[in-house]
Amino acid sequence: MELSAHERAVAEGAEGEASAMAMRIVAEAGRLLGAPSLIEIASVHVDGCLYHGDSGVNFIEHLVSEDGRVCVPTTLNVGALDLLHPERVRGDSHFRDMARRLMDGHLALGCTQSFTCTPYQAGHRPGLGEHVAWGESNAVAFANSVLGARTNRCGDFLDICAGISGRAPFCGLHLDENRRARAVVRTDSLSSSLKDTDAFYPVLGAWLGATFGETVAVIDGLPRVLSDDRLKAVAAGAASTGAIGLFHIAGVTPEAPTIEAACGGVAPEAEISLTADMIRQARNRLSTVDDHCIDAVAVGSPHFSRAEFDALASLSRGQRFTIPFYACTGRDVLAALEADGKRTALEAAGVIFVVDTCVVVAPILPEAGGVLMTNSAKFAHYGPANTGFDVVYGSLSDCVASASEGRVVRDETVWR
Amino acid sequence: MAVTLTGEVLIDGTAEGPLFRLAKPISFWGGVDPTSGRITDPRHPDYDACVAGTVLALSETIGSSSSSAVMLELIAAGLAPRALLLGRPDAILTLSVVVAREMKFGSIPVLRVPVETLPDSGYAYIREGGKMTFET
Repeated sequence: MELSAHERAVAEGAEGEASAMAMRIVAEAGRLLGAPSLIEIASVHVDGCLYHGDSGVNFIEHLVSEDGRVCVPTTLNVGALDLLHPERVRGDSHFRDMARRLMDGHLALGCTQSFTCTPYQAGHRPGLGEHVAWGESNAVAFANSVLGARTNRCGDFLDICAGISGRAPFCGLHLDENRRARAVVRTDSLSSSLKDTDAFYPVLGAWLGATFGETVAVIDGLPRVLSDDRLKAVAAGAASTGAIGLFHIAGVTPEAPTIEAACGGVAPEAEISLTADMIRQARNRLSTVDDHCIDAVAVGSPHFSRAEFDALASLSRGQRFTIPFYACTGRDVLAALEADGKRTALEAAGVIFVVDTCVVVAPILPEAGGVLMTNSAKFAHYGPANTGFDVVYGSLSDCVASASEGRVVRDETVWR
Repeated sequence: MAVTLTGEVLIDGTAEGPLFRLAKPISFWGGVDPTSGRITDPRHPDYDACVAGTVLALSETIGSSSSSAVMLELIAAGLAPRALLLGRPDAILTLSVVVAREMKFGSIPVLRVPVETLPDSGYAYIREGGKMTFET
Protein backbone atom coordinates (compact mmCIF):
# COMPACT_ATOMS: atom_id res chain seq x y z
CA MET A 1 0.00 0.00 0.00
CA GLU A 2 1.81 3.10 -1.30
CA LEU A 3 0.69 6.58 -0.18
CA SER A 4 1.80 9.68 -2.08
CA ALA A 5 3.93 12.21 -0.21
CA HIS A 6 0.87 14.44 0.15
CA GLU A 7 -1.35 11.61 1.44
CA ARG A 8 1.35 10.61 3.92
CA ALA A 9 1.68 14.18 5.19
CA VAL A 10 -2.09 14.47 5.63
CA ALA A 11 -2.21 11.14 7.47
CA GLU A 12 0.49 12.44 9.81
CA GLY A 13 -1.50 15.57 10.64
CA ALA A 14 -0.35 18.26 8.18
CA GLU A 15 -3.99 19.35 7.65
CA GLY A 16 -5.30 18.72 11.13
CA GLU A 17 -6.52 15.76 13.14
CA ALA A 18 -9.82 15.17 11.28
CA SER A 19 -8.09 14.99 7.90
CA ALA A 20 -5.38 12.80 9.41
CA MET A 21 -7.85 10.34 10.90
CA ALA A 22 -9.87 10.25 7.67
CA MET A 23 -6.76 9.59 5.56
CA ARG A 24 -5.54 6.89 7.97
CA ILE A 25 -8.91 5.13 7.89
CA VAL A 26 -9.08 5.24 4.08
CA ALA A 27 -5.49 3.98 3.90
CA GLU A 28 -6.28 1.14 6.31
CA ALA A 29 -9.30 0.23 4.20
CA GLY A 30 -6.96 0.16 1.20
CA ARG A 31 -4.53 -2.11 3.02
CA LEU A 32 -7.36 -4.48 4.05
CA LEU A 33 -8.62 -4.66 0.48
CA GLY A 34 -5.15 -5.20 -0.93
CA ALA A 35 -5.15 -1.92 -2.87
CA PRO A 36 -1.74 -0.79 -4.14
CA SER A 37 -2.63 2.89 -3.71
CA LEU A 38 -5.46 5.39 -3.21
CA ILE A 39 -7.33 7.14 -5.98
CA GLU A 40 -8.71 10.68 -6.10
CA ILE A 41 -12.47 10.65 -6.20
CA ALA A 42 -14.97 13.13 -7.64
CA SER A 43 -17.90 12.71 -5.24
CA VAL A 44 -19.21 10.79 -2.26
CA HIS A 45 -22.58 9.48 -1.13
CA VAL A 46 -22.54 8.93 2.63
CA ASP A 47 -24.60 6.15 4.17
CA GLY A 48 -23.43 6.90 7.67
CA CYS A 49 -26.02 9.40 8.86
CA LEU A 50 -28.45 6.68 9.97
CA TYR A 51 -28.31 6.26 13.72
CA HIS A 52 -27.36 2.76 14.91
CA GLY A 53 -25.98 3.67 18.30
CA ASP A 54 -24.02 6.33 20.13
CA SER A 55 -20.61 5.14 18.92
CA GLY A 56 -21.27 6.44 15.40
CA VAL A 57 -22.38 9.81 16.75
CA ASN A 58 -19.21 10.02 18.85
CA PHE A 59 -17.13 9.34 15.75
CA ILE A 60 -18.80 12.03 13.62
CA GLU A 61 -18.77 14.61 16.41
CA HIS A 62 -15.09 13.88 16.93
CA LEU A 63 -14.46 14.74 13.27
CA VAL A 64 -16.57 17.92 13.64
CA SER A 65 -14.72 18.97 16.79
CA GLU A 66 -11.42 18.57 14.91
CA ASP A 67 -12.68 20.90 12.13
CA GLY A 68 -13.30 18.13 9.59
CA ARG A 69 -14.75 19.18 6.23
CA VAL A 70 -15.55 17.23 3.07
CA CYS A 71 -13.44 18.29 0.08
CA VAL A 72 -15.65 16.85 -2.70
CA PRO A 73 -19.43 17.10 -3.31
CA THR A 74 -21.00 14.75 -0.77
CA THR A 75 -24.68 13.77 -0.58
CA LEU A 76 -26.33 12.11 2.41
CA ASN A 77 -28.37 8.94 2.61
CA VAL A 78 -31.37 8.60 4.91
CA GLY A 79 -31.25 9.40 8.59
CA ALA A 80 -33.35 7.84 11.35
CA LEU A 81 -35.75 10.80 11.59
CA ASP A 82 -38.26 12.45 9.29
CA LEU A 83 -37.17 16.02 9.90
CA LEU A 84 -40.18 17.42 8.00
CA HIS A 85 -42.73 15.27 9.87
CA PRO A 86 -41.17 14.65 13.28
CA GLU A 87 -44.28 12.82 14.52
CA ARG A 88 -43.77 9.99 12.01
CA VAL A 89 -40.94 8.31 13.89
CA ARG A 90 -41.47 6.89 17.38
CA GLY A 91 -38.59 6.99 19.80
CA ASP A 92 -37.52 8.27 23.16
CA SER A 93 -35.74 11.56 23.62
CA HIS A 94 -32.28 9.92 23.69
CA PHE A 95 -32.89 8.26 20.32
CA ARG A 96 -34.29 11.45 18.78
CA ASP A 97 -31.49 13.55 20.17
CA MET A 98 -28.71 11.23 19.00
CA ALA A 99 -30.29 10.56 15.58
CA ARG A 100 -30.58 14.34 15.06
CA ARG A 101 -27.02 14.95 16.24
CA LEU A 102 -25.75 12.39 13.72
CA MET A 103 -27.61 14.08 10.84
CA ASP A 104 -26.51 17.56 12.01
CA GLY A 105 -22.93 16.37 12.45
CA HIS A 106 -22.77 15.32 8.81
CA LEU A 107 -24.16 18.70 7.72
CA ALA A 108 -21.49 20.39 9.86
CA LEU A 109 -18.88 18.41 7.91
CA GLY A 110 -20.18 20.04 4.72
CA CYS A 111 -22.43 17.30 3.31
CA THR A 112 -25.53 18.18 1.27
CA GLN A 113 -28.88 17.89 3.02
CA SER A 114 -30.27 15.30 0.59
CA PHE A 115 -31.24 12.50 3.04
CA THR A 116 -32.15 10.10 0.26
CA CYS A 117 -31.12 6.62 -0.87
CA THR A 118 -31.67 7.69 -4.50
CA PRO A 119 -29.10 10.49 -4.87
CA TYR A 120 -28.92 9.51 -8.55
CA GLN A 121 -32.52 10.69 -8.96
CA ALA A 122 -31.81 13.87 -7.02
CA GLY A 123 -29.18 15.34 -9.32
CA HIS A 124 -26.08 13.46 -8.14
CA ARG A 125 -25.14 11.54 -11.28
CA PRO A 126 -21.43 10.89 -11.78
CA GLY A 127 -20.40 10.20 -15.35
CA LEU A 128 -19.14 7.13 -17.16
CA GLY A 129 -15.73 6.09 -15.85
CA GLU A 130 -15.70 8.65 -13.06
CA HIS A 131 -14.17 7.43 -9.80
CA VAL A 132 -16.40 8.08 -6.78
CA ALA A 133 -16.88 6.65 -3.29
CA TRP A 134 -20.45 5.78 -2.50
CA GLY A 135 -22.21 4.06 0.33
CA GLU A 136 -25.76 2.58 0.43
CA SER A 137 -25.82 -0.69 -1.41
CA ASN A 138 -28.57 0.17 -3.92
CA ALA A 139 -26.91 3.47 -4.82
CA VAL A 140 -23.55 1.75 -5.27
CA ALA A 141 -25.07 -0.82 -7.63
CA PHE A 142 -26.91 1.91 -9.54
CA ALA A 143 -23.85 4.18 -9.83
CA ASN A 144 -21.66 1.35 -11.13
CA SER A 145 -24.17 -0.42 -13.32
CA VAL A 146 -26.44 2.25 -14.74
CA LEU A 147 -24.17 5.31 -14.70
CA GLY A 148 -20.89 3.48 -15.33
CA ALA A 149 -19.23 5.39 -12.51
CA ARG A 150 -16.71 3.42 -10.47
CA THR A 151 -17.13 2.78 -6.79
CA ASN A 152 -16.73 -0.01 -4.31
CA ARG A 153 -19.33 -0.61 -1.66
CA CYS A 154 -18.13 1.92 0.93
CA GLY A 155 -19.40 1.05 4.37
CA ASP A 156 -20.22 3.55 7.05
CA PHE A 157 -17.11 5.50 8.17
CA LEU A 158 -15.17 4.82 4.97
CA ASP A 159 -17.71 6.97 3.11
CA ILE A 160 -17.32 10.12 5.20
CA CYS A 161 -13.56 9.56 5.45
CA ALA A 162 -13.45 9.44 1.64
CA GLY A 163 -15.34 12.74 1.55
CA ILE A 164 -12.88 14.40 3.92
CA SER A 165 -9.74 12.94 2.32
CA GLY A 166 -10.99 12.98 -1.30
CA ARG A 167 -9.53 9.47 -1.65
CA ALA A 168 -10.70 5.88 -1.91
CA PRO A 169 -8.80 2.56 -2.07
CA PHE A 170 -7.80 1.93 -5.69
CA CYS A 171 -9.06 -1.60 -6.14
CA GLY A 172 -12.17 -3.66 -6.80
CA LEU A 173 -14.69 -1.99 -9.07
CA HIS A 174 -12.36 0.94 -9.79
CA LEU A 175 -10.37 -1.45 -12.02
CA ASP A 176 -11.34 -2.59 -15.53
CA GLU A 177 -10.63 -6.25 -14.90
CA ASN A 178 -13.13 -6.46 -12.04
CA ARG A 179 -15.92 -4.85 -14.01
CA ARG A 180 -16.26 -7.45 -16.72
CA ALA A 181 -19.12 -9.92 -16.46
CA ARG A 182 -18.20 -13.44 -15.39
CA ALA A 183 -21.69 -14.85 -15.76
CA VAL A 184 -24.33 -14.54 -18.46
CA VAL A 185 -28.05 -14.64 -17.70
CA ARG A 186 -30.39 -15.41 -20.62
CA THR A 187 -33.99 -14.32 -20.38
CA ASP A 188 -35.27 -15.57 -23.76
CA SER A 189 -37.75 -17.95 -22.16
CA LEU A 190 -39.48 -15.20 -20.19
CA SER A 191 -42.54 -13.63 -21.77
CA SER A 192 -42.31 -10.10 -23.05
CA SER A 193 -45.36 -9.21 -20.95
CA LEU A 194 -43.48 -10.24 -17.80
CA LYS A 195 -40.50 -8.16 -18.90
CA ASP A 196 -42.88 -5.26 -19.37
CA THR A 197 -44.12 -5.47 -15.79
CA ASP A 198 -42.58 -3.16 -13.18
CA ALA A 199 -42.96 -5.84 -10.49
CA PHE A 200 -40.63 -8.17 -12.43
CA TYR A 201 -37.57 -5.99 -11.85
CA PRO A 202 -37.27 -6.11 -8.04
CA VAL A 203 -37.67 -9.91 -8.29
CA LEU A 204 -35.02 -10.12 -11.01
CA GLY A 205 -32.68 -8.19 -8.70
CA ALA A 206 -33.47 -10.42 -5.74
CA TRP A 207 -32.82 -13.51 -7.86
CA LEU A 208 -29.55 -12.04 -9.15
CA GLY A 209 -28.22 -11.28 -5.66
CA ALA A 210 -29.27 -14.64 -4.23
CA THR A 211 -27.75 -16.51 -7.18
CA PHE A 212 -24.48 -14.66 -7.69
CA GLY A 213 -23.49 -13.17 -4.31
CA GLU A 214 -21.11 -10.53 -5.63
CA THR A 215 -20.22 -11.95 -9.04
CA VAL A 216 -20.69 -9.52 -11.91
CA ALA A 217 -23.28 -10.85 -14.36
CA VAL A 218 -24.66 -9.57 -17.65
CA ILE A 219 -28.34 -10.05 -18.36
CA ASP A 220 -29.42 -10.50 -21.95
CA GLY A 221 -32.77 -10.21 -23.64
CA LEU A 222 -34.39 -7.40 -21.67
CA PRO A 223 -36.16 -4.46 -23.33
CA ARG A 224 -33.65 -1.99 -24.80
CA VAL A 225 -35.24 0.88 -22.92
CA LEU A 226 -35.52 0.44 -19.17
CA SER A 227 -36.57 3.28 -16.89
CA ASP A 228 -34.32 4.41 -14.06
CA ASP A 229 -36.99 3.10 -11.71
CA ARG A 230 -36.81 -0.42 -13.13
CA LEU A 231 -33.02 -0.32 -13.05
CA LYS A 232 -32.98 0.94 -9.47
CA ALA A 233 -35.32 -1.91 -8.52
CA VAL A 234 -32.85 -4.44 -9.95
CA ALA A 235 -29.98 -2.71 -8.15
CA ALA A 236 -31.79 -2.62 -4.82
CA GLY A 237 -32.96 -6.23 -4.99
CA ALA A 238 -29.55 -7.54 -6.02
CA ALA A 239 -27.74 -5.56 -3.33
CA SER A 240 -30.14 -6.79 -0.63
CA THR A 241 -30.13 -10.54 -1.20
CA GLY A 242 -26.47 -10.51 -2.28
CA ALA A 243 -23.51 -8.16 -2.39
CA ILE A 244 -23.94 -7.16 -6.01
CA GLY A 245 -22.09 -3.89 -6.64
CA LEU A 246 -22.25 -4.07 -10.43
CA PHE A 247 -24.39 -5.79 -13.03
CA HIS A 248 -24.72 -5.26 -16.75
CA ILE A 249 -27.77 -5.41 -19.00
CA ALA A 250 -26.87 -5.99 -22.63
CA GLY A 251 -27.93 -3.12 -24.86
CA VAL A 252 -29.00 -1.04 -21.88
CA THR A 253 -26.21 -0.27 -19.40
CA PRO A 254 -23.19 1.70 -20.62
CA GLU A 255 -20.50 -0.96 -20.28
CA ALA A 256 -22.58 -3.62 -22.02
CA PRO A 257 -23.31 -2.64 -25.62
CA THR A 258 -23.15 -6.41 -26.24
CA ILE A 259 -22.72 -9.57 -24.17
CA GLU A 260 -19.20 -9.94 -25.53
CA ALA A 261 -18.25 -6.38 -24.61
CA ALA A 262 -19.63 -6.84 -21.11
CA CYS A 263 -17.55 -10.01 -20.73
CA GLY A 264 -14.42 -8.17 -21.91
CA GLY A 265 -13.88 -10.73 -24.67
CA VAL A 266 -13.39 -13.52 -22.11
CA ALA A 267 -15.61 -16.61 -22.03
CA PRO A 268 -18.03 -16.41 -19.09
CA GLU A 269 -17.59 -18.86 -16.20
CA ALA A 270 -21.31 -19.46 -15.85
CA GLU A 271 -24.36 -19.20 -18.03
CA ILE A 272 -27.90 -19.49 -16.72
CA SER A 273 -31.15 -19.46 -18.59
CA LEU A 274 -33.75 -17.85 -16.39
CA THR A 275 -37.17 -19.52 -16.39
CA ALA A 276 -40.55 -18.22 -15.29
CA ASP A 277 -40.48 -20.86 -12.57
CA MET A 278 -37.20 -19.49 -11.16
CA ILE A 279 -38.70 -16.01 -11.15
CA ARG A 280 -41.85 -17.22 -9.36
CA GLN A 281 -39.68 -18.94 -6.75
CA ALA A 282 -37.65 -15.77 -6.25
CA ARG A 283 -40.87 -13.81 -5.93
CA ASN A 284 -42.23 -16.26 -3.37
CA ARG A 285 -39.08 -15.93 -1.29
CA LEU A 286 -39.93 -12.24 -0.89
CA SER A 287 -43.05 -13.11 1.12
CA THR A 288 -43.18 -14.66 4.59
CA VAL A 289 -46.96 -15.17 4.51
CA ASP A 290 -49.32 -15.85 1.67
CA ASP A 291 -52.99 -15.06 1.43
CA HIS A 292 -53.68 -12.91 4.43
CA CYS A 293 -55.15 -9.79 5.90
CA ILE A 294 -52.61 -6.99 5.81
CA ASP A 295 -52.00 -4.20 8.31
CA ALA A 296 -49.95 -1.73 6.28
CA VAL A 297 -48.46 -1.10 2.86
CA ALA A 298 -45.07 0.50 2.27
CA VAL A 299 -43.51 1.62 -0.99
CA GLY A 300 -40.40 3.62 -1.70
CA SER A 301 -37.32 1.49 -1.10
CA PRO A 302 -35.32 2.87 -2.72
CA HIS A 303 -37.07 6.22 -2.31
CA PHE A 304 -40.04 6.73 -4.62
CA SER A 305 -39.41 8.90 -7.67
CA ARG A 306 -41.74 11.44 -9.25
CA ALA A 307 -42.60 8.92 -11.99
CA GLU A 308 -43.47 6.30 -9.38
CA PHE A 309 -45.71 8.81 -7.60
CA ASP A 310 -47.42 9.55 -10.91
CA ALA A 311 -48.15 5.83 -11.28
CA LEU A 312 -49.39 5.66 -7.69
CA ALA A 313 -51.59 8.71 -8.22
CA SER A 314 -53.32 7.24 -11.23
CA LEU A 315 -53.81 3.84 -9.54
CA SER A 316 -55.17 5.35 -6.32
CA ARG A 317 -57.50 7.89 -7.88
CA GLY A 318 -60.91 7.52 -6.24
CA GLN A 319 -59.56 4.94 -3.75
CA ARG A 320 -59.71 5.24 0.00
CA PHE A 321 -57.21 3.03 1.79
CA THR A 322 -58.44 1.18 4.85
CA ILE A 323 -54.95 0.64 6.28
CA PRO A 324 -51.86 2.89 6.50
CA PHE A 325 -50.09 3.29 3.13
CA TYR A 326 -46.57 4.65 3.60
CA ALA A 327 -44.66 6.18 0.71
CA CYS A 328 -41.00 6.87 1.47
CA THR A 329 -39.23 9.50 -0.59
CA GLY A 330 -36.70 12.29 -0.65
CA ARG A 331 -37.53 15.82 0.39
CA ASP A 332 -36.74 17.01 -3.16
CA VAL A 333 -39.47 14.77 -4.60
CA LEU A 334 -41.96 15.82 -1.93
CA ALA A 335 -41.27 19.48 -2.71
CA ALA A 336 -41.97 18.82 -6.40
CA LEU A 337 -45.23 17.01 -5.57
CA GLU A 338 -46.29 19.94 -3.41
CA ALA A 339 -45.49 22.41 -6.16
CA ASP A 340 -47.64 20.36 -8.57
CA GLY A 341 -50.52 20.03 -6.09
CA LYS A 342 -50.14 16.23 -6.23
CA ARG A 343 -49.43 15.75 -2.56
CA THR A 344 -52.99 16.63 -1.56
CA ALA A 345 -54.54 14.16 -3.99
CA LEU A 346 -52.31 11.34 -2.79
CA GLU A 347 -53.05 12.15 0.84
CA ALA A 348 -56.77 12.15 0.08
CA ALA A 349 -56.45 8.46 -0.89
CA GLY A 350 -54.61 7.81 2.36
CA VAL A 351 -50.94 8.00 1.37
CA ILE A 352 -48.69 8.85 4.33
CA PHE A 353 -45.48 10.56 3.21
CA VAL A 354 -42.24 9.61 4.92
CA VAL A 355 -39.19 11.71 4.00
CA ASP A 356 -35.49 11.80 4.97
CA THR A 357 -35.83 8.22 6.24
CA CYS A 358 -37.89 5.07 5.62
CA VAL A 359 -40.04 2.49 7.36
CA VAL A 360 -37.44 -0.27 7.65
CA VAL A 361 -34.72 1.89 9.18
CA ALA A 362 -36.83 3.83 11.68
CA PRO A 363 -39.75 2.89 13.98
CA ILE A 364 -42.66 4.18 11.88
CA LEU A 365 -44.92 1.19 11.16
CA PRO A 366 -47.80 0.55 13.58
CA GLU A 367 -46.43 -0.71 16.89
CA ALA A 368 -48.86 -3.63 17.00
CA GLY A 369 -47.01 -5.32 14.12
CA GLY A 370 -48.72 -7.58 11.61
CA VAL A 371 -48.33 -8.02 7.88
CA LEU A 372 -46.73 -5.48 5.57
CA MET A 373 -47.29 -5.51 1.84
CA THR A 374 -44.72 -3.91 -0.44
CA ASN A 375 -43.64 -3.66 -4.05
CA SER A 376 -40.00 -3.39 -2.96
CA ALA A 377 -37.63 -6.37 -2.83
CA LYS A 378 -35.52 -4.43 -0.35
CA PHE A 379 -38.41 -3.80 2.04
CA ALA A 380 -39.46 -7.42 1.65
CA HIS A 381 -35.93 -8.62 2.39
CA TYR A 382 -35.19 -6.44 5.41
CA GLY A 383 -38.74 -5.94 6.71
CA PRO A 384 -39.11 -9.04 8.89
CA ALA A 385 -35.85 -8.59 10.81
CA ASN A 386 -36.00 -4.82 11.11
CA THR A 387 -39.67 -4.28 11.82
CA GLY A 388 -41.01 -7.59 13.10
CA PHE A 389 -43.68 -7.50 10.38
CA ASP A 390 -44.37 -10.40 8.11
CA VAL A 391 -44.15 -9.35 4.47
CA VAL A 392 -46.01 -9.95 1.24
CA TYR A 393 -44.56 -8.90 -2.08
CA GLY A 394 -46.80 -7.58 -4.86
CA SER A 395 -46.89 -5.10 -7.70
CA LEU A 396 -47.76 -1.45 -7.09
CA SER A 397 -51.30 -2.06 -8.35
CA ASP A 398 -51.56 -5.13 -6.07
CA CYS A 399 -50.46 -2.88 -3.20
CA VAL A 400 -53.09 -0.27 -4.02
CA ALA A 401 -55.87 -2.86 -4.37
CA SER A 402 -54.80 -4.58 -1.17
CA ALA A 403 -54.65 -1.30 0.76
CA SER A 404 -58.25 -0.62 -0.22
CA GLU A 405 -59.47 -4.08 0.78
CA GLY A 406 -57.23 -4.64 3.82
CA ARG A 407 -56.20 -8.08 2.54
CA VAL A 408 -53.83 -9.45 -0.09
CA VAL A 409 -55.14 -8.92 -3.60
CA ARG A 410 -52.66 -10.05 -6.24
CA ASP A 411 -52.87 -10.38 -9.97
CA GLU A 412 -51.17 -13.70 -10.66
CA THR A 413 -51.58 -13.61 -14.43
CA VAL A 414 -48.38 -11.63 -15.12
CA TRP A 415 -46.22 -14.26 -13.41
CA ARG A 416 -47.34 -17.18 -15.58
CA MET B 1 -8.12 -32.81 19.99
CA ALA B 2 -6.37 -29.60 19.01
CA VAL B 3 -6.11 -28.23 15.49
CA THR B 4 -3.60 -25.49 14.70
CA LEU B 5 -3.90 -23.25 11.66
CA THR B 6 -2.40 -19.95 10.54
CA GLY B 7 -4.45 -17.16 9.05
CA GLU B 8 -3.45 -14.00 7.25
CA VAL B 9 -3.43 -11.12 9.70
CA LEU B 10 -5.80 -8.29 8.81
CA ILE B 11 -5.83 -6.85 12.32
CA ASP B 12 -3.37 -8.39 14.75
CA GLY B 13 -4.22 -9.33 18.32
CA THR B 14 -4.99 -12.12 20.75
CA ALA B 15 -8.37 -13.53 21.74
CA GLU B 16 -10.13 -16.70 22.78
CA GLY B 17 -13.70 -17.91 22.75
CA PRO B 18 -16.07 -20.51 21.42
CA LEU B 19 -15.84 -20.87 17.64
CA PHE B 20 -19.07 -19.87 15.91
CA ARG B 21 -19.15 -20.72 12.21
CA LEU B 22 -22.05 -18.95 10.58
CA ALA B 23 -24.04 -21.39 8.46
CA LYS B 24 -24.62 -18.69 5.83
CA PRO B 25 -23.30 -15.18 5.14
CA ILE B 26 -25.18 -12.42 6.90
CA SER B 27 -25.76 -8.70 6.67
CA PHE B 28 -25.01 -7.33 10.15
CA TRP B 29 -27.37 -4.45 9.40
CA GLY B 30 -30.82 -5.93 9.47
CA GLY B 31 -29.39 -9.24 10.65
CA VAL B 32 -27.70 -8.61 14.00
CA ASP B 33 -29.13 -6.58 16.87
CA PRO B 34 -26.56 -3.88 17.81
CA THR B 35 -27.79 -3.83 21.42
CA SER B 36 -27.35 -7.55 22.07
CA GLY B 37 -25.37 -9.24 19.30
CA ARG B 38 -28.27 -11.60 18.58
CA ILE B 39 -29.05 -12.69 15.02
CA THR B 40 -32.45 -11.21 14.27
CA ASP B 41 -33.01 -12.30 10.68
CA PRO B 42 -35.65 -15.03 10.99
CA ARG B 43 -34.65 -16.44 7.60
CA HIS B 44 -31.03 -17.00 8.70
CA PRO B 45 -30.24 -20.57 9.79
CA ASP B 46 -28.47 -19.22 12.91
CA TYR B 47 -31.48 -17.11 13.90
CA ASP B 48 -31.45 -16.12 17.58
CA ALA B 49 -27.85 -17.21 18.16
CA CYS B 50 -25.55 -14.56 19.63
CA VAL B 51 -22.24 -13.41 18.12
CA ALA B 52 -21.08 -11.64 21.31
CA GLY B 53 -18.01 -13.21 22.88
CA THR B 54 -17.51 -15.76 20.10
CA VAL B 55 -14.70 -16.25 17.64
CA LEU B 56 -16.91 -15.62 14.65
CA ALA B 57 -16.13 -17.26 11.31
CA LEU B 58 -17.95 -16.22 8.15
CA SER B 59 -17.19 -16.87 4.52
CA GLU B 60 -18.22 -13.39 3.38
CA THR B 61 -20.28 -10.38 4.39
CA ILE B 62 -23.36 -9.55 2.36
CA GLY B 63 -26.03 -6.91 2.24
CA SER B 64 -26.05 -3.44 3.64
CA SER B 65 -22.99 -1.24 3.94
CA SER B 66 -24.45 -0.07 7.30
CA SER B 67 -23.07 -3.28 8.75
CA SER B 68 -19.96 -1.30 9.74
CA ALA B 69 -22.00 0.85 12.10
CA VAL B 70 -23.60 -2.17 13.74
CA MET B 71 -20.16 -3.70 14.26
CA LEU B 72 -18.71 -0.49 15.76
CA GLU B 73 -21.64 -0.32 18.14
CA LEU B 74 -21.05 -3.94 19.17
CA ILE B 75 -17.37 -3.21 19.84
CA ALA B 76 -18.12 -0.02 21.80
CA ALA B 77 -20.74 -1.85 23.86
CA GLY B 78 -18.51 -4.88 24.56
CA LEU B 79 -20.88 -7.13 22.61
CA ALA B 80 -18.67 -7.85 19.61
CA PRO B 81 -17.20 -11.19 18.67
CA ARG B 82 -13.77 -11.60 20.33
CA ALA B 83 -12.23 -12.23 16.92
CA LEU B 84 -13.33 -12.37 13.30
CA LEU B 85 -12.22 -15.11 10.90
CA LEU B 86 -13.16 -14.03 7.41
CA GLY B 87 -13.15 -16.15 4.27
CA ARG B 88 -12.44 -13.01 2.29
CA PRO B 89 -11.14 -9.66 3.46
CA ASP B 90 -13.74 -6.93 3.65
CA ALA B 91 -13.69 -3.22 4.36
CA ILE B 92 -17.07 -3.34 6.12
CA LEU B 93 -16.69 -5.32 9.34
CA THR B 94 -12.92 -5.01 9.52
CA LEU B 95 -13.04 -1.27 8.99
CA SER B 96 -15.17 -0.95 12.11
CA VAL B 97 -12.26 -2.45 14.02
CA VAL B 98 -9.96 0.20 12.50
CA VAL B 99 -12.38 2.95 13.52
CA ALA B 100 -12.80 1.45 17.00
CA ARG B 101 -9.02 1.60 17.41
CA GLU B 102 -8.87 5.23 16.20
CA MET B 103 -11.67 6.13 18.64
CA LYS B 104 -9.99 4.12 21.43
CA PHE B 105 -13.03 1.86 21.85
CA GLY B 106 -10.82 -1.24 21.75
CA SER B 107 -9.78 -3.75 19.10
CA ILE B 108 -10.23 -7.38 18.12
CA PRO B 109 -8.07 -9.56 15.90
CA VAL B 110 -9.30 -10.16 12.37
CA LEU B 111 -7.79 -12.96 10.30
CA ARG B 112 -8.33 -14.13 6.78
CA VAL B 113 -8.72 -17.88 6.64
CA PRO B 114 -10.51 -20.29 4.30
CA VAL B 115 -13.53 -20.93 6.49
CA GLU B 116 -14.05 -24.45 5.16
CA THR B 117 -10.70 -25.50 6.71
CA LEU B 118 -11.96 -24.68 10.21
CA PRO B 119 -13.49 -27.23 12.55
CA ASP B 120 -17.26 -27.08 12.85
CA SER B 121 -17.13 -26.12 16.49
CA GLY B 122 -14.78 -25.98 19.45
CA TYR B 123 -12.91 -23.44 21.52
CA ALA B 124 -10.56 -21.09 19.66
CA TYR B 125 -7.34 -19.42 20.79
CA ILE B 126 -6.02 -16.63 18.54
CA ARG B 127 -2.44 -15.48 19.02
CA GLU B 128 -0.44 -12.67 17.46
CA GLY B 129 0.81 -13.35 13.98
CA GLY B 130 -2.35 -15.19 12.92
CA LYS B 131 -1.83 -18.47 14.81
CA MET B 132 -5.11 -20.20 15.65
CA THR B 133 -5.63 -23.23 17.87
CA PHE B 134 -8.98 -24.97 18.08
CA GLU B 135 -9.79 -27.43 20.84
CA THR B 136 -12.51 -29.67 19.54
